[in-house]
Amino acid sequence: MKLELKNITKRFGTLVANDSISLTLKPGEILSLLGENGAGKSTLMNVLYGLLQPDEGQILIDDKEQKFAGPGEAMAAGIGMVHQHFMLIPVFTVAENVVLGHEPTGKVGNLDLNAARKLVKEISDRFGFDIDPDAKIQDLPVGAQQRVEIIKSLARDAKILVLDEPTAVLTPQETDELMEIMRGLSKNGTSIIFITHKLREVQQVADRIIVIRQGKVVSEASPKTSAGELASLMVGREVDLSTSKSAAKLGAETLVVKDLTVLDDRNQQMVNGISFTVQDGEILAIAGVQGNGQTELAEAILGLRKIHSGSIQVAGKDLTKSNVRQVLEAGVGYIPEDRKKDGLVGEFTIAENLMLDGSFGKPFAKGSQIDFAQRDDIAAKLIKEFDIRTPSASTLAKQLSGGNQQKVVVAREMSRDLKVLIASQPTRGVDVGSIEFIHEQIVAARDAGKTVVIISTELDEVLALADRIAVMYRGRFVGIVDAKTTREKLGKMMAGIAA
Amino acid sequence: MSKKKDLDALKPEQDKATRVLHEIMSGDPVRIALSILLGFIIGAVFMVAFDKNVIKAFEDFGSDPNYALSTIWWTIQDGYGALFSGSIINFGADSFISAIRPFTETLRFAAPLIMAGLGVALTFRVGLFNIGATGQMLVGLAGAIFVSTRLQMPIIIHMLVAVLAAVACAMLWGMIVGFLKARTGAHEVIVTIMLNYVALSLVTYLLREPNLLLEENGGGTPKSDNPDGTARLGLLFGPDFQLHYGLIFAVLSVVFYWWLMDKSTFGFRFRMVGHNPSAARAAGIKVENTFIWAMAISAGFSGLAAANQALSVDGGLTTSNEAGIGFDAITVALLGGSRTGGVVMAGMLFGAFKAGSATMQVAGVSPEVLGVVKALIVLFIAAPPIIRAFYRLPAPGPKVFEAAQKAKAAKVIK
Repeated sequence: MKLELKNITKRFGTLVANDSISLTLKPGEILSLLGENGAGKSTLMNVLYGLLQPDEGQILIDDKEQKFAGPGEAMAAGIGMVHQHFMLIPVFTVAENVVLGHEPTGKVGNLDLNAARKLVKEISDRFGFDIDPDAKIQDLPVGAQQRVEIIKSLARDAKILVLDEPTAVLTPQETDELMEIMRGLSKNGTSIIFITHKLREVQQVADRIIVIRQGKVVSEASPKTSAGELASLMVGREVDLSTSKSAAKLGAETLVVKDLTVLDDRNQQMVNGISFTVQDGEILAIAGVQGNGQTELAEAILGLRKIHSGSIQVAGKDLTKSNVRQVLEAGVGYIPEDRKKDGLVGEFTIAENLMLDGSFGKPFAKGSQIDFAQRDDIAAKLIKEFDIRTPSASTLAKQLSGGNQQKVVVAREMSRDLKVLIASQPTRGVDVGSIEFIHEQIVAARDAGKTVVIISTELDEVLALADRIAVMYRGRFVGIVDAKTTREKLGKMMAGIAA
Repeated sequence: MSKKKDLDALKPEQDKATRVLHEIMSGDPVRIALSILLGFIIGAVFMVAFDKNVIKAFEDFGSDPNYALSTIWWTIQDGYGALFSGSIINFGADSFISAIRPFTETLRFAAPLIMAGLGVALTFRVGLFNIGATGQMLVGLAGAIFVSTRLQMPIIIHMLVAVLAAVACAMLWGMIVGFLKARTGAHEVIVTIMLNYVALSLVTYLLREPNLLLEENGGGTPKSDNPDGTARLGLLFGPDFQLHYGLIFAVLSVVFYWWLMDKSTFGFRFRMVGHNPSAARAAGIKVENTFIWAMAISAGFSGLAAANQALSVDGGLTTSNEAGIGFDAITVALLGGSRTGGVVMAGMLFGAFKAGSATMQVAGVSPEVLGVVKALIVLFIAAPPIIRAFYRLPAPGPKVFEAAQKAKAAKVIK
């Protein structure tokens, strides 16, 4: 099946999210859509999947024009989409999930689960998916859940598969397996549109690369194009992908965590007796696939989550039972993984956001009144210092781009009197330019003798910043290794295999 | 990376109820103005449709269509004209005093609405949908009645103590809501509704007890004595006007609310919790305690409104002296977009409705038309799509909204 998008334009108000984008997808081709967040990739795919209606342009399948009023019609036309967040019911089996919405029925309208099982088995065998139709979703690893999503699309005869950032939740090994599956599918004639911002994966698997920037197709590239070149195309200027840093000058052991155990909201043990120390002037990076307890670990250190057992010390002070305010006042800075939820108040101005955790005393407050003059001075200073691109300090935080929002958080946390910096996914959803800047700031903090802990699921980031790397798997550290450890070995550790 | 983006794409579906509530609570001035206008327009339709003269004129429509149509105009002019002369200035008055008296009446009616409205507005800005001003006022009323009828004190001091008692009682009542929410997660909407009923029964019970609030030679009616003269809110401009010290309390409330929400660190934290409780928590703020404080201070404003009601009337007090203000306060806060100036203007509008309804009745227009107008305004504010459809405004869907922001951000980067 051949897909052709012709001059697709989609506007939201004055913003042109897709500006006359044209592309063709040949049968069995793996086409990679590369672009930064907000470049218009998702909008384009939502148009293709019938979730959005284009303002101009046509969708042609086998040279026949199609109009999709909704995902149902797109599916019927042979288009399948695997969202990054799986649309699966955890307590149902694989077979039940796959047939959900178009269940095979017996003579009297009863659910024919045997037919469902057979369908799953058949697809699974054909592509080597190795999925048990009777396994419950909640018992499957993330990689397998993703395969179930793919089976779901294939079960509806999808000839074109859209994968939206499919590797974000996978270990490096699972990513490799996914690449294999993609190649297998394409050999069997299924075309794939692979959306990502990870250059390495694009180079590995794509037949053709289309780079989208600010709603326009800026270039078509072959997978042989170098990573640096691809990044430049994506961003629109030269990009330096490496962070240079000098050797660590180690100081006192400022952060000491002992036998820490933390439960999540459902009383599941998410952190399982972890111990580690981090010294001044050092960056410890905690690597691992999302959901292995990193979030809970960071929240526990900050006092956002109750500690079940164990202890936390910062500069000799016990913070095990402290609340967030006490932890902050002890000199801990925190860059949360989800800035919109935990790091910023979107409806507040930049100046207000810069004093979010500073309302209890100087320099932002005089008694119980806000010191507006001071606040505006500090805001002006930080906006300059941290290169926050905004028309003014009174612009609302939600109006900034992701990268600039993150700079607001970084500026606030780093401008306090800091001993320890905990940065969780510091560059998630941030444009390449801001990534460079934030990385430099983190290294600068370390060089100024601060204790730094980075939590990141991106190996590139871990390798760029870390002095030591701890790999977290199911609430434990698989090991703490030095920064020169190979990508392959770290990948294995992320899957729980000790070094 | 784009996990966030995905989540954001889903958010509008997931949090639809919350989003709508936020849209309603953070009033957009244009939409509110249009809602008021539309309310008046439909109110006019009611006035015309049920007017005897209009009906008669239309029976003879064939013979004199001009007359029929101009009757419509005259009816509307008479009705809303009466509202104007009853609430702002009476141009037909024979003296200056009686010409401006309508406006002072509007102020008198507006004062408690503004005070209670500020209380509700405060909780809106902390993200609490508080509809318990009625109950808080009733309990405050009980406090004011007790002090003003049972205790003896010098003039002025008696009044101040009675006011304080009303505020304190209301605050305690409000804190119950905050406590239940903070400790058990009980939803404030349900708790406040239920506590309104509890307060009504409780205060009625207190009013029946001879040892507590019941009037001296009282019988079966739950009614108190008249407040002592020493505790009454004195008249501001002499006997020509009914305007009393309640207005001063209202002005002080407005100044305090403005300082609290816009200038103080407390207000900063209140607003932070209102917009994003999880960011507030990460910034070291005890969100649960903030709920308790916000409910208490909010109820304090309702308590002031209750004191205004209790200490300004003659002929003994019953629960009906609450006069529906606690409920109107929600509307006032919504209408005012929870901002200081907005609440003042909304309170004045509703005060004008109350002041003008008598003259409307004299002019032969049922004052219930105003009830319809009031209810319609709330309805339109609560249902933005109606207003958008009526005035053909573009729908600010979440995507358009986000896109507009992205566009702005993109401009900034360039």
